[in-house]
Amino acid sequence: MNEVDAAIAWPDEIYGVLKDMDVSQVCYVPDAGHKILIERSIADNQMTTVRLTTEEEGVAMLAGSWLGGAKGALLMQSSGVGNCINMVGINQECRIPLLMLVTMRGEWGEFNPWQTTMGQGTQDALESVGVIVHRLDDATQTADTIRAAARQAFLSYRPVAVLIGQRMIGYKEFAK
Amino acid sequence: MTDKQATLDRRDVVSRILAGREDALVITGLGSATWDTAAAGDNPLNFYLWGGMGGAAVMGLGLALAQPDRRVLVITGDGEMMMGLGTLATIAVAAPSNLAVMVIDNERYGETGMQEGHTGAGVDLGGMAAAAGWRKTTIAWTEEEVNALAPILFKEPGPIFATVKVNRDPVPLVLPARDGTAIRARFRAALLGEKAAE
Ligand SMILES: Cc1ncc(C[n+]2csc(CCOP(=O)(O)OP(=O)(O)O)c2C)c(N)n1
Ligand SMILES: [Mg+2]
Repeated sequence: MNEVDAAIAWPDEIYGVLKDMDVSQVCYVPDAGHKILIERSIADNQMTTVRLTTEEEGVAMLAGSWLGGAKGALLMQSSGVGNCINMVGINQECRIPLLMLVTMRGEWGEFNPWQTTMGQGTQDALESVGVIVHRLDDATQTADTIRAAARQAFLSYRPVAVLIGQRMIGYKEFAK
Repeated sequence: MTDKQATLDRRDVVSRILAGREDALVITGLGSATWDTAAAGDNPLNFYLWGGMGGAAVMGLGLALAQPDRRVLVITGDGEMMMGLGTLATIAVAAPSNLAVMVIDNERYGETGMQEGHTGAGVDLGGMAAAAGWRKTTIAWTEEEVNALAPILFKEPGPIFATVKVNRDPVPLVLPARDGTAIRARFRAALLGEKAAE
């Protein structure tokens, strides 16, 4: 896939890998960066989608899903990562997989200064509780990166996050 | 807040309820609810939380969605539930018919030293669940009401939210396994058999 196509198609690429990896539960706090992936998941009758009020609900929920034999993915933006930190203790103490797909804000041409604090602290916050972090900044690497993260989460029983760079998503333009 | 006296013994309540569980899957909220469930008798289909405060009910949601043919019961404390109030909305919207949550409500944070909690000041957890749209909410103050509760929790279409008002008498400490990897491996093996190894 060339760069221009990849820049448009990355949410579909993620969706394809999730299907391929047998992910059947998708939970999310609504997010502009994940708009297409959320819509595709909802449209898929084989997938159970759950809208959350706050991101840590998804950490606990997917731990329950996995106990019951189902694989899931948690979609959020970087501002929600801090909410999840204590709940990740469930994954660490029990060696329960977790796949977090995080769209980044506050890192690349950001217009909203209030996104910067959590955006700049996202990777450190995750790593401070032992979450394995992969960066995805080049859309042509989407499928490889998501697949590697999903494999590591589900086959090695670890919490793994993919930080999808703001450069890839494009900055949010407010009405001029 | 209320004039009613809570006289039920929490250990007795949890034992009575679990006597009717059959093959139900049980998740317990951290602290006293975990000890109560362990005291009622260990079971490989118990998943004991020792942390993740606020996450017990919504963990039950994930399990209920993954296992639609099994009944899932979450047993937790009023303080633990209060930390996950948003999950009342999330669960109501997801509407799993096989999920029930039972809150052991002592109107206190027992585990941390019996400090007063919001339910003691009049906050109605069941009312919040009802307002969110849970299919059934109920409250038990008496032994008769507890006896009537088991068939509701395990048989009626959910999501069901039950509050049980209990007294604050001290109970002996009964601790289940503490190693999370052992708890989850045992649970998955009992539930999924060979598929647990996947
Ligand atoms: C995130 C988090 N905050 C605080 C605590 C400390 N803590 C442990 S148990 C508990 C609440 C106990 O209250 P409740 O759920 O009502 O249980 P019970 O009264 O039956 O002991 C608290 C606040 C914690 N473990 N985790
Ligand atoms: Mg309490």
